[in-house]
Amino acid sequence: MGSSTDSGNGAGKFALIAALVVLVLAVLFTGPETPTLSIHPMDQFAVTPLFGDGDIAWYTPTNVTLWMLVAVVGVILLLVVGSRGRAVVPSRAQSVAELAYGFVHKMLEDVAGKEGLKFFPYVMTLFMFIVVANMVGLIPAAFTTTSHIAVTAVLALAVFLTVTIVGFVKNGAKFLELFWVSSAPLVLRPVLAFIEVISYFVRPVSHSIRLAGNLMAGHAVMKVFAGFAAALGVASFLPILAIVAMYALELLVAFIQAYVFTILTCVYLKDALHPSH
Amino acid sequence: MEGDIANVGQFIGAGLAGLGCGISALGVGNVAGNFLSGALRNPSAAAAQTATMFIGIAFAEALGIFSFLVAILLMFAV
Repeated sequence: MGSSTDSGNGAGKFALIAALVVLVLAVLFTGPETPTLSIHPMDQFAVTPLFGDGDIAWYTPTNVTLWMLVAVVGVILLLVVGSRGRAVVPSRAQSVAELAYGFVHKMLEDVAGKEGLKFFPYVMTLFMFIVVANMVGLIPAAFTTTSHIAVTAVLALAVFLTVTIVGFVKNGAKFLELFWVSSAPLVLRPVLAFIEVISYFVRPVSHSIRLAGNLMAGHAVMKVFAGFAAALGVASFLPILAIVAMYALELLVAFIQAYVFTILTCVYLKDALHPSH
Repeated sequence: MEGDIANVGQFIGAGLAGLGCGISALGVGNVAGNFLSGALRNPSAAAAQTATMFIGIAFAEALGIFSFLVAILLMFAV
């Protein structure tokens, strides 16, 4: 890439090792005397108001709204400010923005066809918001907004309503053929219709819980290991190494879950646009 | 944890729900392994099917997440 990164590499490694050593020493000398789990793994998901500590109404600025705002600003910085130059040879930010655009565009076109491209702005918005919110949530001491079912349920319900409305507007009563599997024997069709209807209405539930559950599980596991590190004393470098490995896995999960959420949206859109089996 | 028999049932239930996470790992491994064995037989067709694999993994994994959710609810919400 560039010679500037080569010279920074050694210094970066040194800084990383120094940070790890400082972290281990800090844990060693400030850890509690009795080996207890001092860090509760679920404390990180508490929603608290930013100013004061009153009741939380729908308009109260909380840590969730703050970090959602950070995610939105991150998306705007990447897509609007980062690609403002419109250079033929793109800068780093612009090429990331172009990669993301091409990735979502291809995904939507492959799954939902040319017709699905009408919904590209919506799908792109979903993908960028979820992936940036997941990544921002991985910053230490940040709040993971997408680990709350309240946040993901709204996203999933919006997809569910969009798909249902588009399906009925576009196909009329023919949209109900989605539940009437015409390739199955006639005797089986009512049974299959029953199952299909149930699975249709479970979609928003599994769609939202998958994203929230994955992120909550990952972050809770990291906090559990942090509790081990605080309790173990001299051997605390072992859980810290485990946290580093978990963190790498969580980076992967943050991307894959955004990808899965988006591609399931594409699949549901395909069902709405072409309901016949 | 002192002397409350209801808590015992709660923790046993949470542990049993945790088993579901492990069993869904079998499902995820099954999907990915079968995809890989198919992809090695016909590598040229593999790239087009990665999306399908991820959808399959997501469905298998969702059930594990459900049981994780049951465990979490038993531990912290009941």
